[in-house]
Amino acid sequence: MKILVAIKQVPDTATQVKVGADPRLIDTAGITWIVSPYDEFAVEEALRIKEKRGQGEVVAVSLGPERVKEALRSCLAMGCDRALHLNDAAWNGADTLATARALAAVIKQEQPQLVLCGRQAIDDDMGAVTAQLAELLGWPCASWIMEEAVDAEGTTVRAARQVEGGLEVFDLPLPAVLAAQKGLNEPRYPTLKGIMGAKKKEIRDVKAADLGLGAEPSQLSVVGLEALPPRPPGRIIQGDVPTAVKELVRALREDAKAI
Amino acid sequence: MAPMDFQLTEQQELIRKEVAALARSFSLDYWLEKDRKAEYPWDWVKKFAQAGWLGMLIPEEYGGSGLGVTEATLMLHEICAAGAGTTGASPIHFYLFPPLPVMKHGAEALKRTYLPRIATGEITMSFGVTEPNAGTDTSRIQTKAELRGGRYVVNGRKVWNTNARQATHMLLLARTAPRDAAKPFAGMTLFFTEFDRSKITVREIEKLGRAAVDSNEIFIDGLEVPEADVVGQPGRGFYHLLDSLNPERIFTGIEAVGIGRAALERGVQYAKERVVFDRPIGQNQAIAHPLALAWAKLESAELMCLKAAWLFDHGKPCGAEANTAKLLAAEAGFEACDVALQTHGGYGYAKEFYVERLWREVRLYKIAPVSQQMVLNYLSEHVLGLPKSY
Repeated sequence: MKILVAIKQVPDTATQVKVGADPRLIDTAGITWIVSPYDEFAVEEALRIKEKRGQGEVVAVSLGPERVKEALRSCLAMGCDRALHLNDAAWNGADTLATARALAAVIKQEQPQLVLCGRQAIDDDMGAVTAQLAELLGWPCASWIMEEAVDAEGTTVRAARQVEGGLEVFDLPLPAVLAAQKGLNEPRYPTLKGIMGAKKKEIRDVKAADLGLGAEPSQLSVVGLEALPPRPPGRIIQGDVPTAVKELVRALREDAKAI
Repeated sequence: MAPMDFQLTEQQELIRKEVAALARSFSLDYWLEKDRKAEYPWDWVKKFAQAGWLGMLIPEEYGGSGLGVTEATLMLHEICAAGAGTTGASPIHFYLFPPLPVMKHGAEALKRTYLPRIATGEITMSFGVTEPNAGTDTSRIQTKAELRGGRYVVNGRKVWNTNARQATHMLLLARTAPRDAAKPFAGMTLFFTEFDRSKITVREIEKLGRAAVDSNEIFIDGLEVPEADVVGQPGRGFYHLLDSLNPERIFTGIEAVGIGRAALERGVQYAKERVVFDRPIGQNQAIAHPLALAWAKLESAELMCLKAAWLFDHGKPCGAEANTAKLLAAEAGFEACDVALQTHGGYGYAKEFYVERLWREVRLYKIAPVSQQMVLNYLSEHVLGLPKSY
């Protein structure tokens, strides 16, 4: 079974993001880039499906500038067989729909039986690409999945998705798109052998022309980014406990109107 | 002209990133607890074994990855910078330098017997060279190995034997011929052999730091070693051992740098967050400058470690550089921990702020594996050509 995993390179979760000189962009100076954590669940699940079936191929795909190769190399170190890098100026500033179109085009070429993604990227938290991709392909889609099981013939997948207070279980015919939620699995750390092997695996550059696509203006344009206003300082109520509690209750009721 | 290149390869960058990720999955509280309970960090060692990191230096044909001292240096840096300290680094570095003489000088059968089991972590090693009556003057070791009917019988004492509580095997240096003043370093033989607890008594030494990883005095009484466990040529053991001493200096040096970085990270964070007199204390130059200076010294010590590692990996002499790396790194690492502790004020003394453990651990590197003073003696004599003082 051939599985394609779409991943996104995002700033490390520990990064304190700043608005850049162009206020529509973040300042990327000094940022450490990682594979978006939800996408790591997707990579791990794809590798597990392959290992369980004893055969198959896992292909990692990402769209973005040259630095995205580092993220793809990490996926290869985890065990993906090869990678495709959608790397073209035509996709600069691509919104989710343009990204989904590019991914759909590469998926039509690759013809995997299953596409896995993270439920959303942790940078802009849009969470739109998965659904757009499935729509463009005309494939069924289940998102926020916590469990999955591909049947022995590789024709259907049973997926359980997280809903309030429980799991909702679906059967989907393959090919299909699944989006991983935290809890699906615990991603592996690459082994040293995996890291050394990653060097020999292929990361192929894919241009828009290779997919029969041209430059596509984004339909979604970012107007500006604004930092959150600084949090107002807290207030410490002084005095002995009975008086302080009275003042606290008064302040919660009258000033904050919280009770 | 040879190129001068400070750029890490893509693979080295990935090693750095992935070791950091794995190492940081163990919290500072994990290390604090191991230290408090004096518990060997087995789950830590197992994680590194499973991911194949222990076999980094072992050649691929013996189940390892065949990488160099440079890559191992990068790994130890990330381990220590993650806050694992000497407690986390020691159990790993014992898979790095003790096997080197076996790899370089061991007979094929010896390599086949031991190296694959070292690479998987099945073997836990102890290093038995230092003796109470010899110290750095290794030629005066008194542990003797006598050949009797195809087996060596070993009697003697070793001190500062790390890992002896856990060890399954030991790299052991013993005299097989009496000391000859004309050739004091000849007549010693190196063994890689099983740690037979029926013939070895272990007495643990309580110490300042790294309670989780034991250091011991061991008493060897009639330990039988098959001839097949001799590393290289009998009588040439000291010279075989020399090949692992420069990497040991590089590894311990980079550990001190990494520990310094972990402490500095805590110190800087505290300096940003702690507000006294209506300003973060890091806004005061009396706080900021020592932190900045500590950073600068860590950077330069790290460069020296990497230069020494590069020389070693390119088969060039690196005695002066490896010794210098250890000297500068031990100073820089200690200073960074001390400054970080000072930045915390009274809280620096409290265990829950994590720096005090690093401060205790990093002190080791001014003493081990060779004292700062002996490094200066080495540089005085071998680099500057000054007469030997002892």
